[in-house]
Amino acid sequence: MLRGNSACPGCQANLALRHVLRACGADTILILTPGCSAACQGIYPDTCINVPVLNTAFAAGASTAIGVAASTDSNVVVYAGDGATADIGLASLSFALEYNTDFLYICYDNEAYGNTGAQRSGTTPYGARTTTTPGGKRQHKKDIDSIVCAHQIPYMATAAAAYPDDLYRKVKKALSYKGSKFIHVLTPCPTLWGFPQEKSAYIGKLAIKTGAWVLYEKDSGKISISLWSKNILDKYLPLEDYLKAQSRFSGISDKDILELKRNMNESVKRLVQE
Amino acid sequence: MKLIATGNEAVAYAVLDASPDFIAAYPITPQTTIVEALAKFKESGKLKATYIPVESEHSALSACIGAGSMGKRTFTATSSQGLLYMAEMLHWASNARLPIVMANVNRALAPGWNLWADLSDSLSQRDAGWLQLYVSTVQEAYDTILMAYRISEDPNVLLPVMVNLEGFVLSHSAQPLETLEGCYLEPLDLPHRLDTGTPHTLGNVASPNDYFKLRRDAENAARKSAKVTRKAEKELFELTGRAYRPVMEYRCDDADVIIAAMGVFAREAEAACDILRDKGVKVGVARVRQFRPFPEFDFDGRLIVIDRDYSYGCGGILAQEIRARTGKPVYSVIAGLGGQDMTYKDFVKIVIESREEGERWWGID
Ligand SMILES: Cc1ncc(C[n+]2csc(CCOP(=O)(O)OP(=O)(O)O)c2C)c(N)n1
Ligand code: SF4
Ligand SMILES: [Mg+2]
Repeated sequence: MLRGNSACPGCQANLALRHVLRACGADTILILTPGCSAACQGIYPDTCINVPVLNTAFAAGASTAIGVAASTDSNVVVYAGDGATADIGLASLSFALEYNTDFLYICYDNEAYGNTGAQRSGTTPYGARTTTTPGGKRQHKKDIDSIVCAHQIPYMATAAAAYPDDLYRKVKKALSYKGSKFIHVLTPCPTLWGFPQEKSAYIGKLAIKTGAWVLYEKDSGKISISLWSKNILDKYLPLEDYLKAQSRFSGISDKDILELKRNMNESVKRLVQE
Repeated sequence: MKLIATGNEAVAYAVLDASPDFIAAYPITPQTTIVEALAKFKESGKLKATYIPVESEHSALSACIGAGSMGKRTFTATSSQGLLYMAEMLHWASNARLPIVMANVNRALAPGWNLWADLSDSLSQRDAGWLQLYVSTVQEAYDTILMAYRISEDPNVLLPVMVNLEGFVLSHSAQPLETLEGCYLEPLDLPHRLDTGTPHTLGNVASPNDYFKLRRDAENAARKSAKVTRKAEKELFELTGRAYRPVMEYRCDDADVIIAAMGVFAREAEAACDILRDKGVKVGVARVRQFRPFPEFDFDGRLIVIDRDYSYGCGGILAQEIRARTGKPVYSVIAGLGGQDMTYKDFVKIVIESREEGERWWGID
């Protein structure tokens, strides 16, 4: 990825892409769906990405990759938002994974539709305000990772832009496997989440330290919690620290915080048990 | 090879002989037997292409767009609801200047569920940037698929081509077929294919000026495709002796009345034409084979246009095109929607009861 693009300052989605591309190397074809990553790639004929890029439609990241993967030995990498992945593109993703298409699908999760100005997505967390959930979302974050794992692909991982070394390692590892690989990257977004741009990395780390996001990988069917999350499993910081730092959770009720915590604990418990 | 085959089998044989690199498709009646035949060819090792039975038509075309962007020859097939489910990617394929070939088996649109012939599916997509061809026999289905590759892959064109054949009346009707056996096409050389050696981006954000220029390029290509199609027709004629034109004329030379129609209906009209001629009515049939780009349509006689399709509040789609092209009055007949049976006797009656201008829903009005 070349220097200079039109992302908001403090954008972790584009930061994560930089690390992803660093790990992928030049022998890579990148597929983008509409969203912040596509919007920030530059305006024709310019681009900030120095591997071949194929833009495709919102629901078509995985299905387009099927055709590309059938036509090349290079790495085929989809870099798609949470909306493209967990909502509109879920059916095509599901087929591509079931078919064990030889590609790496990376979902960068800013927990909303960023490009269209902060509407809810399936992965928006409970209680978060978006322009289509002005009173806070009443549904929990869709567990896209379990859905992905149900396809029994060779490699799946979560990552965070705030831990680039972990992300880099996981991309490298994913690419060493044949078949479908999926990495779900948490990419805090100052613009949608409402925190100062210089706090991006801080918020990203806080997500892990409070247990709002857990780093793990499922390698050939075996789950292991990754270092940064493993170290703190029983000593999470209060979730409130994370919520209070973002205006999307401003005004969230104590009851809703409890509900969020209950759901979070259950997810972590399920992970640890596996 | 000489054989008896259905329209859908002819399409599958043509695809086999075009030797594509990549096929993705999803079943829908009455197209299904195409994808089944291709799966069998693949299983037997005859078909070399990668064949991926995806989970939807949207994905089928997206996957072809992915492979097409890598410079591969691709094929897909669909019908009716499936074609509409692809709509977003139809425009994508043409705007991305990808020479994808698709067979669409014309079928009515729901609701009510209706599996039979009706051209409203593909004609509703007439502005999607695909070149559209309509065939009327099994042999023509075969020939046209091969020509479609020739046209779409021409460096002056690089636009997708949709070959349309009517459900059941053609897709499932058996007729004699002669195949070429072997590919007479040259390898595809897509100038903008993706390549990690010379990285570039396809389809990123485009400013209004650049966007506008790219659309103009595509428009120019669509216009040029007519000439390329004539070349493809000539080439096929030299190979096989079978002649195709954008508008297939039947006894039109001295005709006072021209019946314009597409597909199988036009062949039925030819039978009516013979009967009417015997009675001294000078009728001719102009079968529109190339719908996009819409061809020259220049006849002296009075025009009766048969549409197995409609645009609510606007009338028959072929009638609109012919009116726009000729500036002449048209007697427009909407007939056979949802597979309603029409025989040559109906066409005889249509001509006898026709007026200079107007619209009639046959069997209802
Ligand atoms: C079929 C279709 N519907 C809607 C849109 C409008 N749209 C473009 S990007 C986007 C949201 C993208 O969300 P996400 O995938 O999470 O990416 P982000 O913008 O958050 O990076 C939407 C709704 C579209 N391009 N295509
Ligand atoms: S809205 Fe968020 S994800 Fe999108 S470019 Fe800005 S910071 Fe990045
Ligand atoms: Mg998003």
